Amino acid sequence: MENKNQAQIVKDLPNKKITITRNFNGPVDQVWKAWTDSKLLDLWWGPEPWRAETKSFEFKEGGHWLYAMVGPNGDRHWAKVIYKKIDANKSLQSSDVFSDENGNVDNEMPKTDWFIRFEAIATGTRVTVELSAAKQSDLEKLLEMGFEEGFNMGLSQLDRVLAGQVKK
Amino acid sequence: MRRDVFQAIADPTRRTILGMIASKAMTPNDIAENFKSSRQAVSKHIKILTECQLLEQEQQGREIFYHFNPKKMKEVDKWLDPFRKNWESRFSKLDKVLAQIKNK
Repeated sequence: MENKNQAQIVKDLPNKKITITRNFNGPVDQVWKAWTDSKLLDLWWGPEPWRAETKSFEFKEGGHWLYAMVGPNGDRHWAKVIYKKIDANKSLQSSDVFSDENGNVDNEMPKTDWFIRFEAIATGTRVTVELSAAKQSDLEKLLEMGFEEGFNMGLSQLDRVLAGQVKK
Repeated sequence: MRRDVFQAIADPTRRTILGMIASKAMTPNDIAENFKSSRQAVSKHIKILTECQLLEQEQQGREIFYHFNPKKMKEVDKWLDPFRKNWESRFSKLDKVLAQIKNK
């Protein structure tokens, strides 16, 4: 099945905010379930080559989701989502932090506030993720981390392309 | 000579140096220890990266530390692609999960 749903990313660095919008081919209640059920989150939350692995999950206001991002070599990076406001099938507000495996927050690492909205559209559901940070440096750090991973990944791809050209 | 981001990443040693510096600041010795090539050769790459403004120097006591300069990379919007890719990757997995839920 062809999927033309593309993520839109709008950066508003002066206001320390990034907004990600994406449409999904499924009704709101199913998309909501995929964001709020740890068994389902484990299936998709980790971007390649990572996978998410839940340690504990309590989906209620004040509750949290403690999970690890597991890398291809088995390395684990722990993160914690603290649920602040839950409006079923409509919106979800949380604080996202990095932690150790026991959920102790790492204050050296960036801290972000997430506001996720779910709305019904003709083809299914539109999800809007608003990511904001109190500190400019936290947002920059978050982007850099994505940069670093993707950068190294991109470079190994570039190496393969270059190797291919040499053989010709 | 051209001194920009693309010149900086044209060489595999420089790409490796950038990959290392992106995660932590390093001294010239720290950097050189990771390579078989001569210290002079590594210094030359560090010089080019500094001229491309991808590395910044910081004097700490007697040591010089090199930092990665993300602002330079950010000038080229392209370099935020990984953030986008991470989300795209995540979302395409979510598409599959949703398709599975639907078929149940």
